[in-house]
Amino acid sequence: MFKKILIANRGEIACRVIKTARRMGIATVAVYSEADADALHIEMADEAVAIGGPASADSYLVIERVVQACKDTGAEAVHPGYGFLSENAAFAEALDAAGVAFIGPPVGAIQAMGDKIESKKLALKAGVSTVPGHTEAVSDPDEAVRIAQSIGYPVMLKASAGGGGKGMRLAWNDQEARDGLVSAMNEGRASFGDDRVFVEKFIEQPRHIEIQVLADKHGNTLYLGERECSIQRRHQKVLEEAPSPFLDAATRKAMGEQAVALAAAVDYCSAGTVEFIVDKDRNFYFLEMNTRLQVEHPVTELVTGLDLVELMLRVAAGERLPLSQADVTLTGWALEARVYAEDPERGFLPSTGRLVRYRAPQEGRADGVSVRVDAGVREGDEISIYYDPMIAKLITGGPTREAAIDGMRQALDGYLIRGLNHNLAFLSHLCAHPRFRSGDMSTNFIAEEYPDGLTDAHLAPADQRVFAAVAALIELRTDRRNRAVGGAASEQGTPHQLSVFLGVESPMEVALEVMEKEGADIARFDSGPDIHIASAWSPGQPMFEAVIDDAPHVFQVVPTDSGFILSYDGARIAAKVIERRLAPLMRLMPYKPPPDMSKFLVSPMPGLLVRVSVAEGQEVKAGEELAVVEAMKMENVMRAVQDGVVKVIHAAAGDSLAVDQKIVEFE
Amino acid sequence: MQSIIQQLEEKRARARLGGGQNRIDSQHAKGKLTARERIDVLLDQNTFEEYDMFVEHDCSDFGMDAQKVPGDGVVTGHGEINGRPVFVYSQDFTVFGGSLSAAHARKICKVMDQAMKVGAPVIGLNDSGGARIQEGVASLAGYADVFQRNVLASGVVPQISAIMGPCAGGAVYSPSMTDFIFMVRDSSYMFVTGPDVVKTVTNEVVTAEELGGAITHTTTSGVADKAYENDIEALRQLRRFVGFIPSSNREKAPRRPTHDPFDRQEMSLDSLAPSNPNKPYDMKELIHKIVDEGEFFETQPDYAGNILTGFGRFNGEPVGIVANQPLVLAGCLDIASAVKGARFVRFCDAFNIPLVTLVDVPGFLPGTAQEYGGIIKHGAKLLYAYAEATVPKITIITRKAYGGAYDVMASKHLRGDINYAWPTAEIAVMGPKGAVEIIFRADKDDPGKLAEREQEYREKFANPFVAGSLGFLDDVIMPHNTRRRICKGLKLLANKKLENPWKKHGNIPL
Repeated sequence: MFKKILIANRGEIACRVIKTARRMGIATVAVYSEADADALHIEMADEAVAIGGPASADSYLVIERVVQACKDTGAEAVHPGYGFLSENAAFAEALDAAGVAFIGPPVGAIQAMGDKIESKKLALKAGVSTVPGHTEAVSDPDEAVRIAQSIGYPVMLKASAGGGGKGMRLAWNDQEARDGLVSAMNEGRASFGDDRVFVEKFIEQPRHIEIQVLADKHGNTLYLGERECSIQRRHQKVLEEAPSPFLDAATRKAMGEQAVALAAAVDYCSAGTVEFIVDKDRNFYFLEMNTRLQVEHPVTELVTGLDLVELMLRVAAGERLPLSQADVTLTGWALEARVYAEDPERGFLPSTGRLVRYRAPQEGRADGVSVRVDAGVREGDEISIYYDPMIAKLITGGPTREAAIDGMRQALDGYLIRGLNHNLAFLSHLCAHPRFRSGDMSTNFIAEEYPDGLTDAHLAPADQRVFAAVAALIELRTDRRNRAVGGAASEQGTPHQLSVFLGVESPMEVALEVMEKEGADIARFDSGPDIHIASAWSPGQPMFEAVIDDAPHVFQVVPTDSGFILSYDGARIAAKVIERRLAPLMRLMPYKPPPDMSKFLVSPMPGLLVRVSVAEGQEVKAGEELAVVEAMKMENVMRAVQDGVVKVIHAAAGDSLAVDQKIVEFE
Repeated sequence: MQSIIQQLEEKRARARLGGGQNRIDSQHAKGKLTARERIDVLLDQNTFEEYDMFVEHDCSDFGMDAQKVPGDGVVTGHGEINGRPVFVYSQDFTVFGGSLSAAHARKICKVMDQAMKVGAPVIGLNDSGGARIQEGVASLAGYADVFQRNVLASGVVPQISAIMGPCAGGAVYSPSMTDFIFMVRDSSYMFVTGPDVVKTVTNEVVTAEELGGAITHTTTSGVADKAYENDIEALRQLRRFVGFIPSSNREKAPRRPTHDPFDRQEMSLDSLAPSNPNKPYDMKELIHKIVDEGEFFETQPDYAGNILTGFGRFNGEPVGIVANQPLVLAGCLDIASAVKGARFVRFCDAFNIPLVTLVDVPGFLPGTAQEYGGIIKHGAKLLYAYAEATVPKITIITRKAYGGAYDVMASKHLRGDINYAWPTAEIAVMGPKGAVEIIFRADKDDPGKLAEREQEYREKFANPFVAGSLGFLDDVIMPHNTRRRICKGLKLLANKKLENPWKKHGNIPL
């Protein structure tokens, strides 16, 4: 076994690899860019080497620097994680030339599978079923249209080297095929330095199910079951699970065997993933093979009980796999949620900034449900514009799918993130969605069920009484604390007859009395059953942890001038609590809508203004491109929502924009 | 006797009805509460004791003798906020538009006199059309009587104004001399001359809201401290605000017990101040992480954002916090921020509230706008205020403390009691780049050499050690221990005694 390895990555995956290496007694070397000088993976590693500027192209993607870091530190092997150089054959070759082992597949396998067109041909040869499509790269828009027409719309335009949603465009008509080709080529070139794009049939209502394979250098290749990753948004996976609620044993076996056949065909070793698209009749088509550890590998680890990173290390060191296909068993269910820095209420636009408050749920196992957090950040760390906006992965496991999902909902409630926008509420909402819970999903699930992202309607709590009870108790304790000021004793004492106003525009009023009792306080309503709340919450705490009617709950509390905002289980609502005697006065207070910004195009996120596509005085039609803002390496095109005339342009190309900064003003 | 009681009840009922149900409804339709409803929201239940309910005006001109309403357009008295006494006057817009008569003014003066005697804050809820024109000069005299009391009470008992309707002409000068002004968005405005006069005199066309609304005064003029969405929000926040301040200059600010441990560590503060001096960070994060329960009552949050002022508590004890904000204008001092800071510091000093100053200041803002505007005198106000303050003063330099601004920000030289610095602190006459361009002017055409000199200067001064070696800093502390060190410092300084030489009053550079 290696004595020292280098991890050519950052963030959670670097930390994840270091954990296993440390457990195995292997010394670790981290590399870092200027932006990551104080990152967690640096702190966790035994050694760290600076490899350049903040942009990945100046650091994590520079092969020579990583190779040099190996030489300088004497690392015997490199784990590439995912992304960056993980599927870069030139990198594997460079390591080989330097006498450093690559903890991954052979160069040939990377090359064969790294090219989507090549891999498809190989798959066909290996007897793997594939999606109908054209296997040659296309660069002429007219040709793209012709091919698309021959396959039949909808088609997918994919950059050959693309992945994770980058360099992929869906086209439903000729115009979109033309535009999509150009943008896929541009993104392919910008992100991967490869602008080859190919066209294939787009399968409707598809499910994304992938097979984890594992091979050693001695000819043993196994499949470790599947992962279903159908809950995705713009081809970015959001929720992943193992096993898939859709597969039967026969399909699983057939897919697994095809995946193994494909791996064997390229002399694969190490961990890899064969991705399939599965249609509603359980026909499956090969999509691509990822020759690396996947982001979502923890769900496989949970159900198989294996440590994939450990097995990768052992395989790379030449060891034989310690198990055979018959030893692979899938126990229970595992679910992974990707916690992103993004705003589900504003089109999922990426968010950046400092994690002013960050506390992940407690890891461990209780009542048969396990919680695991794979994160590469601490409170005070920055989610920067340079890298992926994923903050962490939250993984839960349980004996059943329901248990895993419920465990996830509970863990999400206990996740504290402040300082930037995140998708925790969205994840909670997904986990509570009846369609998801019934397993009825496709990769269009989010687009179908959340076409406008997370809206106020989604966020409205189902059970307002519980929110009202919690709000009332928070107010009561805050008021009691306030009345202790200066040791003064108020003649009246803290009022217990309260009115809670939930919501902003047309608030719902709930009148109740809070009775403080040993053990659990009681909220008594004018009608309906009492609610019992036992909580040690005191003012200032961001989480209201409580046992409510015998069930554990965690509400998050954000104080505002008018009251506070409560969130729980994907719901969020503004609460104002007032003594009941004053409730009639509260009803007199007018609702004031937020200022009308429809006359403005504002930047939806912090980013760089790439271009302004209109001029002052110009008439624009709805849907016309107004400006392009780049953030997180993604170009976001902003279009007119209605017809209008441009009055003033407030920003110029090249400007750094703050969120809500005005770009264009209309007449 | 029976008939007297009956009359009393009748009068009370009339007084409670103010200008009548129609006017009350109209007040409600505007989203405003009545004078009495406001008092109900402001005070603890059943604690209000009203004065002068039966006072009526004594004007007989213009048919006024036929129009009398008991109370005459203002409700006055005292009550409690969280068990602590306060005096209140609440103008009643439903009675003669809340206009100020001689009788109305006498009622206000009465509560102010009482407040001075017992040492309790005066809270004015303003909703008045202005002077009672029918009364002429008697009304003006009434204003002046109130102004005089405002001035005498200044620094003796806290005076707080909530502007909850119109406040125009001479009426603005009473709130202007109180310690804090809160406004309600869309339903309150303050100006010396209204839009009509403005139009006549200057031909400027402006709405009342633009001229003197809550947004204007909290963002542009800095006259008001904070704007709230509606009456209830304003009054409830006012209750919260009062909890931070002592009842008079004879008392200390009121302690409030907390569950928040005084020695709570915040590891993430160690990464708050970026090592790149050109990179900003949010000073509010530091404030929120060190005060009790993360509770910071910020004053003037929307004005002169390059300085932050407001109240927080450490281990239960209220303090005034003044902090440079690197997110706005790099945290430099300019006219607006110096005036904002100075006024806040003087309030705290007058009312025995310790000062915690968080410093990251690159200097004073240069430019003709500042110099022509009198930055010399205005900047000196903050210097004066800090130098004159005798309350406990704890200062933490988080990063930059450059030039004269270093001196100003509660430095050791201005009788700072405890002056700490984070390891990231740089105390110097100016930033390294500017410094070497002056010291090594001869090398100005040799960028290589200049860079070398800059590095040299940086190594020498871009750290807390030079200032430390001179005793200008008491210690270099780890950011994560900031709360503990401040709490311990305040405990130590609880009985600090320091007096300025006797004088009639100083002459602050106004």
